[in-house]
Amino acid sequence: MPLPVLKESYAAGVNVVTLGATKEQGGSRTVTYKIGGAKTLPFMEPDGHPGQKVLIAMDVLDVEPDWPEVLKAPFGDALKDPAAWAKKCVEELGADLICVKLDGTDPDGANRSGDEAVATVKAVLGAVGVPLVVWGCGIDVKDNEVMPKVSGATKGERCLLGPAKQDNYKRLAASCIADGHNLICLAPLDINIAKQVNTLVTEMELPADRLVMFQTSGALGYGIEYAYSIQERQRLAALAGDKMMMMPVICDAGYESWRAKEAKTPEAEAPEWGPQAQRGPMWEAASAIALVQAGADIIRMRHPEAVAAVKRALQGLQG
Amino acid sequence: MIAVAERINGMFKDVRRAIQKKDAAVVADLAQRQTEQGAKYLDINVGTAAADQQAAMRWLVEVVQGACQTPIALDSQKMPVIQAGLEVCDGRPVMINSVSGDPEKLDVYMPLAVQHNAALVALTLNVDGVPQNIEQRVEIAMTIVAKAMEHGLDPTKVFIDPIILPVTVDQKQPLYICEVIKQIKTVLCDPAPSTIVGLSNISQGTSQRPLINRTCLVMLQAYGLDAAIIDVLDTDIMDAAITTDVLMNRIIYSDSYLKSARM
Repeated sequence: MPLPVLKESYAAGVNVVTLGATKEQGGSRTVTYKIGGAKTLPFMEPDGHPGQKVLIAMDVLDVEPDWPEVLKAPFGDALKDPAAWAKKCVEELGADLICVKLDGTDPDGANRSGDEAVATVKAVLGAVGVPLVVWGCGIDVKDNEVMPKVSGATKGERCLLGPAKQDNYKRLAASCIADGHNLICLAPLDINIAKQVNTLVTEMELPADRLVMFQTSGALGYGIEYAYSIQERQRLAALAGDKMMMMPVICDAGYESWRAKEAKTPEAEAPEWGPQAQRGPMWEAASAIALVQAGADIIRMRHPEAVAAVKRALQGLQG
Repeated sequence: MIAVAERINGMFKDVRRAIQKKDAAVVADLAQRQTEQGAKYLDINVGTAAADQQAAMRWLVEVVQGACQTPIALDSQKMPVIQAGLEVCDGRPVMINSVSGDPEKLDVYMPLAVQHNAALVALTLNVDGVPQNIEQRVEIAMTIVAKAMEHGLDPTKVFIDPIILPVTVDQKQPLYICEVIKQIKTVLCDPAPSTIVGLSNISQGTSQRPLINRTCLVMLQAYGLDAAIIDVLDTDIMDAAITTDVLMNRIIYSDSYLKSARM
């Protein structure tokens, strides 16, 4: 007797969000992407449409980063020039998107101004044709000063800006509405807060199909299982028709992995752990692939070898 | 819970007048307000307001479709009136409300539902009338499910209505209905059929209608009820239904959950 093929079917799915705008669409990108759209659990294609392909956003910082040597080495002097850095990521390393991380605007760090941040973002826009993610330093007061300027200066480019938080979303959401960008809604590993931020922002009349969710991801060994469970639950809620849980998801494997001691400790300090040049990228790749399997639509990454490993895995998962 | 909004019904005076005078604004306003309050379907019933019920159904469906994107439930005991509504339906999800559990009737309505990709409300009622006990209701529910399988209608698109009787008629009935819903949701088939009730019948002839309605709704939800035909403009009953969905882990909590569930 033939076994019946058991298939799940779902009433709804993940929203589709468009990133980037070409010249004809009011921007200057040479390529645009759609993310989301899945009508099933991740990579369960027999049950429904798997959605758009997962994209890799490589981090480019607005200041020379204080990273472990093995992470800095592949980029060389490009780390001093965001435009050159971004160009390398796109042209040599296969980044789908560039995530300009404005760490330099942090008041406790380089404390760069909004105008300097705008100059950096404009330089990166000029250097590459892919859509941009622009991520503030995370200090609310400074982000509220810097991000509206960045938003205005990139009007029409349909960037993905963030992060909006439960207690700090109005300025950024208003900028996205005014300038036609998409918005990242952050929740601190908390599904209830994620839904709340989405609801608050939607109430400001930023359309739900311009929102992307971000749970502060966690790396392998550092709570990634919580991020995994939350993302799984978000996806199931989206499939069941919860409109405030239907947003695609962005995850951060780069930053999270490289602050894990397993990635950042030099081999001189832990010879039994093996060469850091392999260990670090492996930690980042393993974290990224877990998050992709939990349903990430965009994955933020740093090391070229980790990016290459994830691209190989994605090739197997989604062709 | 799937709230099927009951106000566009020719038994209400305002709707009756609107049908007679072709006053689209009244109907459009009801469609929009019920949508804003979280209706997942808008029930449309011409009642006895018009001599030509088919024409009245077509007009109501067109007005509602022009006013909002909400799915509609075509409510009539007359097949030609249902068909008139289906003819002008613009492709949005639609529910046929309702058919009895007589096999002969199911053989007519189920192919119609399949043809229009519609959900179908089927009552646990047959030629002998409304059963007064649990067993006969479940037996008719089984007939309905068997017929759905025979006609290739997805069981989740079959909404079985176990028929609520007024609490003043027989006080044992509400618990019977709870048990019937539980059995329909757990033993008939997998995936289980959906369940629905026309809630307001429970409080007919009582002095505390809204309170009895919402208390009964929460009870039935706890036993697995999927949908109810209710007055979604009653904020208290909607809040109670949504909160029950949260407490039953059917929707995810957020501080604005009462609002987001209505979006």
